[in-house]
Amino acid sequence: MNDSFTMMKRRTVLKAGGALTMSFALPEIAFGQDEVTLPRNLERNPNLASWIRIHTDGTATLLIGKVELGQGTVTAAAQCCADELQIDLARLSVISGDTIQGPNERTTAGSGSAPGCLPAVQVASAEVREILVQMAAEKLGESADGLKVSDGTITGANGSVAYWDLVDGLDLNVEPTGKAKLVPTSEHRFIGQSVTRLDIPPKMTGGEIFVQEMNPDGVVFGAIARPPTYEATLVDADLGAIEAMPGVIKVVRNGSFLGIIAEHQDQAWAAAGALSAQANWQVKSVLPTHDGIYDWLENAENVVPKELVNTAPPGEEALVYENAFYRPYHMHGSIGTSAAIAQLGSDGVMTIHNHSQSVFATATAIAKLLGMEESKVQCIHTQGSGCYGHNMADDAAADAALLAAEVPGRPVKLQYTRAEEHLWEPYGSAMIMKTRAGLDADGNVANWNMEIWSTPHSTRPGGDPARLLSGRYVDPPHIMETRRDGGPPNYASARNGVPLYEFPSTRVATHFVTDMPLRVSATRGLGAFANVFAIESALDDLAHLADADPVEYRLRYLKDPRARDVLMKTAEIFGWDEWEGGRNKGRGIGFAQYKNLQAYTAVAVEVQVVPRNGRIRLIRAATANDSGHMVHPDNISNQIEGGVIQGFSWALKEEVKFDDTSVLSSDWTSYPILTFSEVPPVEVALIDRPGEPYLGTGEASQGPAGAAVANALFDAIGARVSRLPLTPDRVKAAMDMG
Amino acid sequence: MISLNINGEAVSVDAPEGATLLSVLTNQLNLNGQKYGCGKSQCGACMVLIDGNPAVSCTTPATSASGRSVTTLEGLRENGGPSPLQQAFIDEQAAQCGYCLSGVIISAQALLDNNPNPTESDIRLALNGNLCRCGSHNRIIRAVLRAAKEA
Repeated sequence: MNDSFTMMKRRTVLKAGGALTMSFALPEIAFGQDEVTLPRNLERNPNLASWIRIHTDGTATLLIGKVELGQGTVTAAAQCCADELQIDLARLSVISGDTIQGPNERTTAGSGSAPGCLPAVQVASAEVREILVQMAAEKLGESADGLKVSDGTITGANGSVAYWDLVDGLDLNVEPTGKAKLVPTSEHRFIGQSVTRLDIPPKMTGGEIFVQEMNPDGVVFGAIARPPTYEATLVDADLGAIEAMPGVIKVVRNGSFLGIIAEHQDQAWAAAGALSAQANWQVKSVLPTHDGIYDWLENAENVVPKELVNTAPPGEEALVYENAFYRPYHMHGSIGTSAAIAQLGSDGVMTIHNHSQSVFATATAIAKLLGMEESKVQCIHTQGSGCYGHNMADDAAADAALLAAEVPGRPVKLQYTRAEEHLWEPYGSAMIMKTRAGLDADGNVANWNMEIWSTPHSTRPGGDPARLLSGRYVDPPHIMETRRDGGPPNYASARNGVPLYEFPSTRVATHFVTDMPLRVSATRGLGAFANVFAIESALDDLAHLADADPVEYRLRYLKDPRARDVLMKTAEIFGWDEWEGGRNKGRGIGFAQYKNLQAYTAVAVEVQVVPRNGRIRLIRAATANDSGHMVHPDNISNQIEGGVIQGFSWALKEEVKFDDTSVLSSDWTSYPILTFSEVPPVEVALIDRPGEPYLGTGEASQGPAGAAVANALFDAIGARVSRLPLTPDRVKAAMDMG
Repeated sequence: MISLNINGEAVSVDAPEGATLLSVLTNQLNLNGQKYGCGKSQCGACMVLIDGNPAVSCTTPATSASGRSVTTLEGLRENGGPSPLQQAFIDEQAAQCGYCLSGVIISAQALLDNNPNPTESDIRLALNGNLCRCGSHNRIIRAVLRAAKEA
């Protein structure tokens, strides 16, 4: 049965301040007299009524704090709930990410929904089922032990009663006992099945799904007139001229923040564009430029150095290998620009429909920005375009609210322009990874050393208005406190910086640069993509120096059997051992376990390089993944393949360009991504681990994919390109030098 | 007032001067399919069929669609349910976030209308004006092949 979760012991939590987590199997739990064990998210939200509602009309509602980003979490949660409530999936509706109604499951990020939300839903649903069964036992006048549930109908020797008939008298405002028995795996009807995701049919037929589509009665449209760059102060602007433009209802100025409210979307954008251009701004030219960023990182003034791991002395070296790897700033690059709809009600409540990953903490930050009580700001998650981390969803929510406060009662819809999203979103940080390894006389790794340079990886709102873009420009401006790097076990700049390979000596250190010349925040995987790219590229170089096969060389140091399995499975489905290559062709492989504690993934890819221009053509890819016990195999396959393709796009094409004053990548021409004709076929193999914990999948495959393509390029041209992206110019230069 | 023919119905809209077709469809006629993505004809999220041909509605003035037949994602539905092409996308679960999907399905419909048996490379070429960020490309291609096969 699926009986293993990441759990939290209540008494341990009280002692340890919530830092300690552990995994163990549910049936084996020995419940102490006053020690209750619950999944962490249920422990934090222990009122069952905040998770489940049963209705007299034969339906039920599941409430979760995690939100749908296109990763399928809502459907997976519904599957877990339906199986434990023992009802048909069709009876269930889901409310997700409502700061007033539902449980606070914090941020939907870090591949944390499968391991965090699903066990909580499962246990909460089992608790509710047992309460209902107990009520039925009393009604039927028999023991609960002999009762069976089928699609919400409880049947015993004395007859049947349905959940829906027990609503009168049902009180779910109780805490879970921690003792409810889970349904055995063999009786699951939905867990393990790739059911049609609940959000897919309306997305394919034009149903109302996205916040960008909603138009409440009386809606007006907002837009922001942005400064020319980050470091800018508004000197003056002729607001009257803008107010006279067609459709403009109001021009809002607050310090250096300038907003427009207009009757129509096009009018709001036109007025904002005109205001932005017409206003006088004092601007500073202080950016290091995209070519200068790596020198800047290495010589930055405000640095926190830290040694994360230093396991043993370096040992004897016959040969020393050194290399440096470079990752530029990356965009989230959502296809839909961020949007929100805010309305200040007559009850004084600001209601904001938005697509933030962190509706709870963002509601707090917005309340502070507006000077409102926290209880007067309600965020309701409504789907937007895929975000891949902290994009401008939260900024849009805040900006819509800033404008809605100016026109009480009227809903203000705000969607950013493409240039606004490209220029102002918080990027994934540029990074440098320097690797140094000593090899012994047999070509084995004697020691491994990696140092990482990076600016911060998270400026999520976290209740702080300074981390909302417009918070910097209102009067008085909110000033962001110095950001700290994330520590174990998740890490931030050092995420996946400690290799899973077991070398005789391993040292990893970070140089965390606290200044942020470009705005940055959590971008899918944080430091993991760059660190895996560096580690796996260097491993390939070492295998080459040792004259060893890259797969065999990795297996020398990879001891975890599940890690070995995904690596070998990937090699198998790729046809690694039979591969014959060809002129200008290459193959490469990359591996990682996300955060060294979530899903395991390896990716192999075949490329062909055009020597004339250095262009890399992706021919085909293969990937194997182990995400533990699979709730929805097709979701996992979809996430893994999507991550592979996004990782290829980052590795081959993506770099935020900027000069000393401003960002230059303002659209899809100046920041290109992989297109249909460039995407290769991807074969996906999933390894199911029934009974093992659910492992997070969403950020597991980008790092291995980027590394695999860099290694395939090395195999094809015999030269290492260590600076991303692997553009034709860089490939051509490497070939000419080689 | 602009007179439009949207999904087979004649409608009149009091749109402001210079309004794009996208803005009119989304914010005045409350149609959900076409999406704003770039406003520069670069991503394809806003695609609709105009007289059967795929067109980017974000750079099309609403006035220029007057008197022509406009079809949005909703207009592809048959008898209130998904069309065979939409059903193929549902069956293949060919989306993650799905924001690009309306434009993708419109492009695919235009392809199938002209070429009922496209090859995989025909499909890649036809969809090259549609950007997808989630990495659902191969599923999308499978869905179009499936629709062609089942037709």
